[in-house]
Amino acid sequence: MIIIERSSLDRLFEKIKTAGYKLIGPTIRDDAVVYDELNSTNDLPIGWTDEQDGGKYRLVKRNDNSLFGYVVGPQSWKRFLNPPLQRLWQAKRLDNKIETIPEQAENTKYAFIGVRSCELNAILIQDKVFIGGEFVNSSYQKRRKDNLIIAVNCTISGGTCFCVSMNTGPKVKEAFDLALTEVITHNEHYFLVETGSESGKNLLEDIPQRTASQDEINTGEELIKKTSDSMGRSLDTNNIKELLFNSFDHTQWDKVASRCLSCANCTMVCPTCFCTTVEDVTDLSGNIAERWQKWDSCFTLDFSYIHGGSIRSSVKSRYRQWMTHKLSTWFDQFGTSGCVGCGRCITWCPVAIDITEEVRVIRESDNLLTISKEEKSDGIA
Amino acid sequence: MDVMIPQSYRIQRVIKETHDTFTLELKPPEDPGKFIFSAGQFNMLYLFGIGEVPISISGDPSKIETLIHTIRAVGTITKQMSKLKKGDLIGVRGPFGSHWPVKEAIGNDVVIIAGGIGLAPLRPTIYKILSMRQQFGKIILLYGTRTPADILFRRELEKLRSRLDIDIFVTVDHATPVWKGNVGVVTTLIQRSHFDPFNTTAMICGPEIMMRYTISELTRRDVKSENIFVSMERNMKCAVGFCGHCQYGTKFICKDGPVFNYEQIKDLFGKREL
Amino acid sequence: MESLERILQEHSFVKDLSNEHVKLIVGCAKNVVFEPEKYFFKEDQEASEFYIIRSGKVALEIYTPEYGPITIQTLGEGDVLGWSWLIPPYLWRFDARAVELTRAIALDGKCLRGKCEQDPKLGYELMKSLTNVFEQRLYAMRLQLLDIYNLRSTN
Repeated sequence: MIIIERSSLDRLFEKIKTAGYKLIGPTIRDDAVVYDELNSTNDLPIGWTDEQDGGKYRLVKRNDNSLFGYVVGPQSWKRFLNPPLQRLWQAKRLDNKIETIPEQAENTKYAFIGVRSCELNAILIQDKVFIGGEFVNSSYQKRRKDNLIIAVNCTISGGTCFCVSMNTGPKVKEAFDLALTEVITHNEHYFLVETGSESGKNLLEDIPQRTASQDEINTGEELIKKTSDSMGRSLDTNNIKELLFNSFDHTQWDKVASRCLSCANCTMVCPTCFCTTVEDVTDLSGNIAERWQKWDSCFTLDFSYIHGGSIRSSVKSRYRQWMTHKLSTWFDQFGTSGCVGCGRCITWCPVAIDITEEVRVIRESDNLLTISKEEKSDGIA
Repeated sequence: MDVMIPQSYRIQRVIKETHDTFTLELKPPEDPGKFIFSAGQFNMLYLFGIGEVPISISGDPSKIETLIHTIRAVGTITKQMSKLKKGDLIGVRGPFGSHWPVKEAIGNDVVIIAGGIGLAPLRPTIYKILSMRQQFGKIILLYGTRTPADILFRRELEKLRSRLDIDIFVTVDHATPVWKGNVGVVTTLIQRSHFDPFNTTAMICGPEIMMRYTISELTRRDVKSENIFVSMERNMKCAVGFCGHCQYGTKFICKDGPVFNYEQIKDLFGKREL
Repeated sequence: MESLERILQEHSFVKDLSNEHVKLIVGCAKNVVFEPEKYFFKEDQEASEFYIIRSGKVALEIYTPEYGPITIQTLGEGDVLGWSWLIPPYLWRFDARAVELTRAIALDGKCLRGKCEQDPKLGYELMKSLTNVFEQRLYAMRLQLLDIYNLRSTN
């Protein structure tokens, strides 16, 4: 473990940019922490933190100049790895012949700085979807191949965070190039840096650094432990796959449906939601066609449309689909949970529907249902 | 993304099957052209600048020089496709999905139950099974449509019937005065068919309600779930497991289906709004 | 008579009946054969018999002025044809025409009704059996009505 002073961080940024990467990291825009291209550490949300709760997000000034003293905002890294709008190909029709023009492979190499453990897990989950199956999403694969990940261990917990419940944080464990833990006191400001790969190691060359002392390492660990202990939410994942699969007819779905606006915010902010749609367009002449891929959401009415109508026409069925997929059927499909406990869906839901609360109600009343059934059969002779 | 790029196939022949159903015979682009698939698989067919639809392949898997699709004109894209003529181009991506269990059915009686356009995805498996006729016991085809005018591949069915080694029964929901055949839902044909329920492979394709009551009738006849196969349908956009639209509970219809062993989906089947 | 009893016992319609009851029913039974295009019965005729089809095909028809007779359902081997013999005024509601050579067991309705009055247990067992037939027929009819190949969204 080594230490880099805060003042040397800009050197690291420069090095990354010189190596040809587009440096993406957190910055403030529209009163939120979003991910965008960074020029220097000055673009980071210096001295800011966030207060999050169901349906609530506020930026609040801290009384220090920390660079990563907040958690996650409405955006996730999926907007760079699987962009909201992408052209897939073009085609020209001439003399009753059609010529398809594939998209040129992107030359951008992305370096992500400030990737939280929950987010890193979300990226790995999307890796399974796009490059872990029989078919490979070649553009996603290319962006991931050249992807530099500088992760940040959270030293503060968010109001809607529950990564501890989902076993996805707050400490990053794998798949990163460098992992930083920010330590800031009234007279010190430095980063503990853990190397995760050859690329990470190379980045650190000729950046002023020193070996971390055991005390300093402990300080870092304590900060992370404090974060673990102060999660805003929790979700009991015991047997959750079976619990939700067997709760298809639970009355709770009707209750949440009466609140849900099917606005699709949760799917837009969720770092693992991957659904897209395809749109075929032409120009006015009708001789040039394009196929575009756009983000989509299972909350839309026509998401499940087949001739005659939509299979999931009620809001109830769509909410149930989303939550059951995220926490239950994702296991059957990809071998892991689809949820990383980042809490975004709770924060950005306009009516503050809380996925952890929905699970709690279903779990608790599920026990009740079993009990009352037994009582009934013992009762009347 | 290469898996999303269609290849251009030229239409060699258009056959008008019924008032709303037509068959396209397509020539693959290479020379000599070939298209290899397994019975039950589907392609994404692309109409230039308009859009793509998933359509099951309805031709003989052993005849690889021609790709055949039978399409019912029910929506925007398929209605436009019904106007295609010989010489036009159509985009093809595929083949995708799982296939009918021909190998698994060897040694068994085979009961094929089709409803409406459902006969089209089953036709390739009928060809395949008949090409290995001696490896199966009884072969029974039960086919139900709305009216006699909706019967698909009528001449072909009549020819098949003249083979003495396959039983074919057709029924309609609504008869016309000249129809001399069976009238009633396709399950009524099951009751009158003779097959060994303990050594039968059943393959069913049609509207989901029809498949539901067919399964219920087969189960009453003691056919086990693991010997029943169905072909499911859901909204599809990519056919390669990336867009999420075709999800059916734990399954992706494009990757895990469209042909499913009923044993594997019986906890999902019939669940409303799944 | 003996062979008729054996034939009758093969049919699911009587499979739950006791041997004595089957014997009673056989007393009202006889073998019949209908050539193609011959009618078992016509609408409004007295429903004196009902039939258990052994082989062949029967079309249940309704006669319409514009189109002549229209087949609403076809019945075959093992099907029970007709139950109006059970329900007053004991008149047929449809025509039933043999589509091909059809062999059946004809059961005398009046004879059976009499035996059921005398032996209510027989009556009850027969009712249970017939109700099963009705239920299946009704279910199939409802599905036919659904017109599943032509469903339209109501949205």
